[in-house]
Amino acid sequence: MDSLADALHTALTLVVSGDATLLGIVALSLEVSLSAVACATLIGLPIGAALAVTRFAGRQSVIVLLNALMGLPPVVVGLVIYLLLSRAGPLGQFGLLFTPGAMVLAQTVLIAPIIAALGRQALEDAWHEYEEQLRSLDVGNFDAALTLLWDMRFSLLTAVLAGLGRASAEVGAVMIVGGNIDGVTRVMTTTIALETSKGDLPLALALGMVLIAIVLLLNAAAHLLKDAAQRRYG
Amino acid sequence: MDLIQVAAAVAVALVVAPAQAARPFITVASTTSTEQSGLFTHLLPGFTKKTGIEVRVVAVGTGQALDMGRRGDADVVLVHDPVAEKKFVSAGWGVDYHPVMYNDFVLIGPRSNPAHARGRDISAALKTIHATQATFVSRADRSGTHAAELRLWKMAGLAMPSVKGAWYRETGSGMGPALNTASAMNAYILADRGTWLSFGNRGDLAILVQGDPRLFNQYGVMLVNPAKHAHVKQAPGRRFIGWLISPEGQQTIAGYKVRGEQLFFPNAR
Amino acid sequence: MSVAAILPLALKDLSFAAGGRTIIDRVSLEIAAGPSTIILGANGAGKSVLMRLMHGLLAPSSGAVLWREQGAKTLRRRQAMVFQRPVMLRRSALANVVYALRAAGTARDECEAQAIEALDSVGLRHRAASPARVLSGGEQQRLALARAWALHPEVLFLDEPTASLDPSATREIETVIKAFDAAGTKVVMATHNLAQARRLGDEVIYLHAGRVIERAPVDEFLARPATVEAAAFIRGELPWT
Repeated sequence: MDSLADALHTALTLVVSGDATLLGIVALSLEVSLSAVACATLIGLPIGAALAVTRFAGRQSVIVLLNALMGLPPVVVGLVIYLLLSRAGPLGQFGLLFTPGAMVLAQTVLIAPIIAALGRQALEDAWHEYEEQLRSLDVGNFDAALTLLWDMRFSLLTAVLAGLGRASAEVGAVMIVGGNIDGVTRVMTTTIALETSKGDLPLALALGMVLIAIVLLLNAAAHLLKDAAQRRYG
Repeated sequence: MDLIQVAAAVAVALVVAPAQAARPFITVASTTSTEQSGLFTHLLPGFTKKTGIEVRVVAVGTGQALDMGRRGDADVVLVHDPVAEKKFVSAGWGVDYHPVMYNDFVLIGPRSNPAHARGRDISAALKTIHATQATFVSRADRSGTHAAELRLWKMAGLAMPSVKGAWYRETGSGMGPALNTASAMNAYILADRGTWLSFGNRGDLAILVQGDPRLFNQYGVMLVNPAKHAHVKQAPGRRFIGWLISPEGQQTIAGYKVRGEQLFFPNAR
Repeated sequence: MSVAAILPLALKDLSFAAGGRTIIDRVSLEIAAGPSTIILGANGAGKSVLMRLMHGLLAPSSGAVLWREQGAKTLRRRQAMVFQRPVMLRRSALANVVYALRAAGTARDECEAQAIEALDSVGLRHRAASPARVLSGGEQQRLALARAWALHPEVLFLDEPTASLDPSATREIETVIKAFDAAGTKVVMATHNLAQARRLGDEVIYLHAGRVIERAPVDEFLARPATVEAAAFIRGELPWT
């Protein structure tokens, strides 16, 4: 338990001192994860909404597949995207390998299913309540999906936060496609992995605490926002 | 999904690429042990200050570094496995090969030393470890260190995998994680001196055998062959190699010390 | 409005089954413009399902629902339905009415004025800016009626609209329904409340176990029911299945 006290002390010192390297790593981590969440939301929520309001043969299979994709192993996703983005691969000419762009891409692939699956669940529950009234008003599938998305925006925030949590926490995908390059693609999780493998466990633990604190702050902020908006709109 | 991926990649690239295109850079594939020794943090700023070229190091195992070279995902490869490097060049993947520096491997083990491995003779030490079936941790990850370890076993007349047993633990990992494992198991392990000197989680481990010329670890640098990959940044790549083997580069290498000890010994020709 | 009328509505041998049970059993009848029609029956008689079949929210298992203007694109828009529990979107009362107007194709710059007029007609203008979901049950139901009013439907379906409301809210709702009737809208309402049927209805269609077994003007039905089941229902003796 000495390590924990050590680590806590190191963590506080790092944060208070405003260590430039740490700030750079934190900034990049936020940039990558938040970008990935934005992209994944733009992809995942429409898919979830479409699944919630439409009925078609094979729909149940699609839902099962989507739920299963939530459990995609990050390291496998990283490997596949590495092979796609490698110069020897089909998308090599974009030169995206070992850039933050590749990391955003990998994390988007990882969390889009989470947002889509959780979104679908929330929206389908809402659809049970809204369906008859909206059909009565002659609202078609597309408009109904948009209406649900807007009306359920507070519940959908939870799905988005789940995606953010997964993105912030993962290390396998960003390590492979980013290359953990100092100053370019080194994020919090890959730094923790590096320091651990160097044997500097107190520092790794300290960084872990900083990461958890940041994710907590993001979630708290989202919660306050949701609360305030809910009180206004009911 | 592919179309979405491409669209996303392009969209992101449009946003991210301009921000990064500001400074010229080269991608160097090197090894985890080299990076973890801290050499690059000491070495690279001098080059960047002089030339304005940023050096982006992707640190992976030697096997993966050479693979990166074959795929064209790196401009320069800097590893420490002369046999593999020679093959790389003769197969046409690399050009402009130069030896750069060497460090050495050391045999690490528990202070209690149940196998009584000590001194300057690595073959004798490995023989007693095998004889006493003392726990030995191997990286088993196609790295330069792993390749060296296998050669040393062979030289001692104990070629792997035929003499493997429960005492021989293969972790498939980098130097640091393997050292962590050895520390936790109180086992013997072959490590490069650089990583060991910077390693913080030693537990009860210490250097038991060192100084045997067979523990010599040679580093070589190559340019990925532009004939195979037209996009390779030849000019800045060659500048980097040139700087590494120049007196200035070589002196910078020699100047890197951990806990007062020099880690790497420049020997460019 | 030069839109073709969609009434009369003819149900031909209409049946609906679900989960192995027959819920509506070969119903044939015609619903004409004019008198407000009350669909009476005990719980489980099939009133809600029949309403949904007429409005097009459910597809029949067999038989047909035939409006005068079949296949008209605006068929759904010529009807409106109010449910037992009002469904409101998470936005203001005014915005909910505007939403319905937009869905019906009303031009953007006309929506707000028409929505305010609709709120006015149910006495909710002062609550236009309130989030719809914080309104009381009675107010929300009035809002649902305002939403329907704004569409100027030819037919207004109501599925037990006051079953969840207290007496004073019920009275308010009934006032609005009477206004619809007075304005010429065909009212088709399901209820199990006899007094309400008398207050609001002109004719009664009595539904028992998915079959229409009686149809008569409301006073006649209540005073001299022709069937045993209807008589038992009126006396309050029918089991609530």
